[in-house]
Amino acid sequence: MSETKEAPAVGEGRPILELSGLTMRFGGVVAINGLDLTINQGEIFALIGPNGAGKTTVFNVVTGVYRPTEGSVGFSGHRIDGKKRFAVTKLGVARTFQNVRLFHNMTARENVMVGADAHHRTGFVGAALGLPWHRREERDGRAKAKELLDFVGVSHRMEESAKNLPYGDQRRLEIARALATDPKLLLLDEPAAGMNPAEKIELQDLIKRIRDTGRTVLLIEHDMSLVMGISDRIAVLDFGQKIAEGLPAEVQNNARVIEAYLGAPADAS
Amino acid sequence: MKTNESTRERTNGSPTVTNGRPSFAALTPRARDLAGRLPAALRAPGLPLAFPFAVLGLVADLFRDWWGRQTGYVRWAIYGLLIVGALLLPSEQVGGFMSPYSDWAQLLFFPIGGYILLAIGLNVVVGQAGLLDLGYVAFFAIGGYTMAVFGTKFGWSFWEILVLGVLLSALSGVILGAPTLRLRGDYLAIVTLGFGEIIRIAARNTDYIGGPNGISGIPHPPTLSEWTVPESEPFTTLGLAGIAPLKYGALDGRPYYYLMLAAIVVTIIFVKRLESSRVGRAWASIREDEDAAELMGVPTFKFKLAAFAIGAAIGGAAGVIYGSQATSIIPRNYEFIISATILAAVVLGGSGNLPGVMLGAFLVAWIPERIRGLQEYRILVFGGVLVLLMIFRPEGLLPSRRRKAELAEGTGGMGSLGAEVGGPTTHAAAEVGK
Repeated sequence: MSETKEAPAVGEGRPILELSGLTMRFGGVVAINGLDLTINQGEIFALIGPNGAGKTTVFNVVTGVYRPTEGSVGFSGHRIDGKKRFAVTKLGVARTFQNVRLFHNMTARENVMVGADAHHRTGFVGAALGLPWHRREERDGRAKAKELLDFVGVSHRMEESAKNLPYGDQRRLEIARALATDPKLLLLDEPAAGMNPAEKIELQDLIKRIRDTGRTVLLIEHDMSLVMGISDRIAVLDFGQKIAEGLPAEVQNNARVIEAYLGAPADAS
Repeated sequence: MKTNESTRERTNGSPTVTNGRPSFAALTPRARDLAGRLPAALRAPGLPLAFPFAVLGLVADLFRDWWGRQTGYVRWAIYGLLIVGALLLPSEQVGGFMSPYSDWAQLLFFPIGGYILLAIGLNVVVGQAGLLDLGYVAFFAIGGYTMAVFGTKFGWSFWEILVLGVLLSALSGVILGAPTLRLRGDYLAIVTLGFGEIIRIAARNTDYIGGPNGISGIPHPPTLSEWTVPESEPFTTLGLAGIAPLKYGALDGRPYYYLMLAAIVVTIIFVKRLESSRVGRAWASIREDEDAAELMGVPTFKFKLAAFAIGAAIGGAAGVIYGSQATSIIPRNYEFIISATILAAVVLGGSGNLPGVMLGAFLVAWIPERIRGLQEYRILVFGGVLVLLMIFRPEGLLPSRRRKAELAEGTGGMGSLGAEVGGPTTHAAAEVGK
């Protein structure tokens, strides 16, 4: 297994997410089969593979949507498989979705504030009585939302309903909402899907800026130029198994990867 | 911050906003849009019936726009006027028109006031958190029986029982919710329906609380003050002279109305605050996409349970207040029809929007009484009015804008990317245009 390529953030090389022997079965279907994967702090790690390879299932297991059939998920020293979804988020794992799943009828700002609320302490009494710390948290939440919308470049549409935003902005809004939960690890599920080339370049820049704030990014993506352009390391899944892992250049020339993608035996290519 | 919040709704779709306050130019497209809806409504089949609803919608939207532009002072002035109006409401002059067939003050207390309070409570559950509760009457019953039992058997005073009733009904909300809130949609509705019936039937079969005969001799709240509205102008003209608003007797319904009014105002303040806080945001996110909400760190179960408990507490408060005036209660007061009526009030008023829900509750309580002269036809007419409302204004009389959009989508807002969402191409064009 290769070492991380230059990762500018602190804690280089320290593992933040460790999947070991991860298996996920749905009835007779094996979505993930004995997957071992280590993501290091501060890197951009891409998970690629043909459709149905189990990439999104990995995300779902990591974020607590599914409890793995076998194996474990370790996140910065905690074991998080089987934990509740919101508890996983609070520990510092946030994600976006393959099909945008915003709160469509809430404004962009409100969407982000829901994420920011993950770390707010105000309870029902504080909110009902309008106590000072509640007001402070609301103020902080609003400011944080504004800041993050600036960061992803959607703040000019802050007060619009999420569903009225153009598709590319919805994708970026989803990233802002995830960032609002202050994640150590951000999971992006096909963030470039449906984006035009100009937007993809912006997105590439955005992902790098997220990494530069000290967060780790785990990315599922089909757009190879984007993946090769920003990833520090790449793992390739096929039928729920890891068939390759390493630096972008290594993966690109891996015979098994070419076979999985082109569907031809390696020697025939 | 207040102005930001308020301009939010309006700025949807109108990009001409300067410094957070909309310029006049930004208003015009919105106004044009509103005006544009009228001809469409005029072409609709059943024109004479549809017309009032179209006008109502137009007026409501214009008012909402106007409200959004007002400063805090104007709003407080309006709140003040509303409260003064509510205080004057029991006047005989008003009652003469509003309720020619029955005692207006009594009617104002219950069903009107009671239904409004219940609807505010049910709105937390149905309108805010999006949980369908068909057994809401159970909490009203628990409040009522708490008042009856502790008032007659233990000699507690009304105020102590009010606190106890609120706590007990909130607790029963938690007990009902904890095992059932894992269910979604229809299943939850069926379980709550069952709960409502269980409470009533249990009451009917429990001898300790009087079985089918219920409990009578429930004490009234203690008199707080003997103060009486003086028999002089302007009170004589207003028809309010001679009321002792804080003396809870057997005959005069007006002090009870004021008690209910106070409960309603306090409840509105709490509920409104919750709505605009993280709690309200969490409820809205659960309603829109429960899975996404949980993955964004919202403990959805906890918030749903809280919605249930808060709704139950409000229902319980209504029950205690009703019981303290009614002198006697029987299980038959708490039949399913109350749950259904309050739900109808919430839905036809505009689920999720407090003024709408209150208007809905008022109409549902008042119309059957006002048309009492039609005798046996009155429920038919009432039902007809409800059907017309749902045909011509399915989103409710005064829906919240967000909720209206959800209903228009028909999905609760989940995951669907309709044609109105610009794809990459339209966005590229917009990008160049900037």
